[in-house]
Amino acid sequence: MVSQRRDAAIVGIHEYPLRKAPGVTPLQIKAESAARALADAGLSWKDVDGLYDAQDGAGMSGLSLSEYFGFKPNVIDTTAVGGSSYEFQAAHARRAIAAGKCRVALLTYGSTAASGMVHIGTGGREGGGAPSPQGNMTDPWGVTLIANYAMVAHRHMHQYGTTSEQLARISVATRAHAMRNPEAVKAMTDLLFENIREITVDDVLNSRMVADPLHLLECCMVSDGGGAVVIASPEVARDCRQKPVWIIGTGEATKYVENGGDITVSAAVQSAPPAFGEAGVRPDEIDIGMIYDSFSITVMCLLEDLGFCKKGEGGQFVSEDRLHFQSKLKPHINTDGGGLSSNHPGMRGIFLLIEAARQLRGQSTSQVEGAKLAVAHGNGGQLGGTHTGGTIILARD
Amino acid sequence: MPRPQPRFPEPDTQPFWEATKNHELKYQVCTACSKVVFFPRRHCNHCGSVETEWRTSKGEGTVYTYSVVRLNRHPAFRDLGAYAVAYIDLDEGFRILSNVIGVADPLMDVKIGMRVRVKWEDQESSISLPLFEPA
Ligand SMILES: [Zn+2]
Repeated sequence: MVSQRRDAAIVGIHEYPLRKAPGVTPLQIKAESAARALADAGLSWKDVDGLYDAQDGAGMSGLSLSEYFGFKPNVIDTTAVGGSSYEFQAAHARRAIAAGKCRVALLTYGSTAASGMVHIGTGGREGGGAPSPQGNMTDPWGVTLIANYAMVAHRHMHQYGTTSEQLARISVATRAHAMRNPEAVKAMTDLLFENIREITVDDVLNSRMVADPLHLLECCMVSDGGGAVVIASPEVARDCRQKPVWIIGTGEATKYVENGGDITVSAAVQSAPPAFGEAGVRPDEIDIGMIYDSFSITVMCLLEDLGFCKKGEGGQFVSEDRLHFQSKLKPHINTDGGGLSSNHPGMRGIFLLIEAARQLRGQSTSQVEGAKLAVAHGNGGQLGGTHTGGTIILARD
Repeated sequence: MPRPQPRFPEPDTQPFWEATKNHELKYQVCTACSKVVFFPRRHCNHCGSVETEWRTSKGEGTVYTYSVVRLNRHPAFRDLGAYAVAYIDLDEGFRILSNVIGVADPLMDVKIGMRVRVKWEDQESSISLPLFEPA
């Protein structure tokens, strides 16, 4: 490993334990998670001087959240790019800390998507809000969010011969991790999952088709939930309760439909090289892959685009002895149970950072022995349409 | 319940939808860099020029990819049965989201690479919706 800059570290984490939380607001989830993440770090409410918010709680988010929490931050960042917002914010927090603009940055998330009966995947687009060019060229044709991802899967199958059996292996490994995580088991119970147990490839293929070629067990849940991450300067991190998890590389990118473009290629092809380059590590050195699993196909495309294997070889790659936390080969992915089987209130990116930090601290329910390096890659928006990619490389001392 | 309709005022896409009333599938070409601009907008997304010209597509193209939707809770689609959404690559070089219709069974009869042509579905709101059927 080459010498890596130690500009900022994740020092505090909290994942809100419930996935069904009626009577609680997103803002309350954010505030409670903030307090618990700060306590995890051994820091206090008044230490926060950098506030990061993905506009999930209230309008004028940076301002209203400051007031609601009771902070007077020196840095406010309201980057809202969907599920990858927290990878973008972690990148920005590290830069702000390195520049000396703040010392303790707080990222929070709260959502009541399940209690609010938000049909994220199957609602279609209602055409709410102000008219927009994108909305006018999308809404009339009834493309659901799941269908958008399914179109990526069909094209991936067409170009590379990828099969549903191969995609299913991602769901199988993720569920195995979920069954070891009591909060994930409770999530599946509270959200009325059928057959809460380890699953097989056949289980996935026999689950009902939601949007061809994606089966139900290839789709993430819709839950309530939230969490918080505290990122601090090296000076602060030295005195924290937990071992620091250093942010050693970051990358940010966008992707959208282009005339003649390749829908199987995600924003990760742009966000990953600067992140790995800055970190001075290669994908094959990464122990833990916290890779946004909105759907099986998302993970397949992201593994390829992050550089774990060549484009189009994802099907073969996931069929080898990897993904599972005890597998022989790296990376071990989504060891908390993922969005597929543990937690997906709409913007999963914060949980990618949280579980990656747990692994590098040695605190996961599916702990990979000796885990030293992790990647958290968030995908925001819709993979087959407009989306973002945020790549964060993390290392322990 | 009708499908969700494009909403106005929306100056970027309004000319596209106006043309659908005459069953014309319009797209833009940048007069500065000659590239195709789609979805419609005032400027060229390749070079930033605001000089673009509208052209009319022949309405013929190829299915780039598709999915057959089994579950959509929106009232306009809920009772439709399985239907195919697709990206269509028009021969003039632009990619549009649409539906493939006019097949006996969308689960079996829609394929990537199949040739399609536009089929207009007039809407109560006076615009017409470009859908695609096998050519
Ligand atoms: Zn141009």
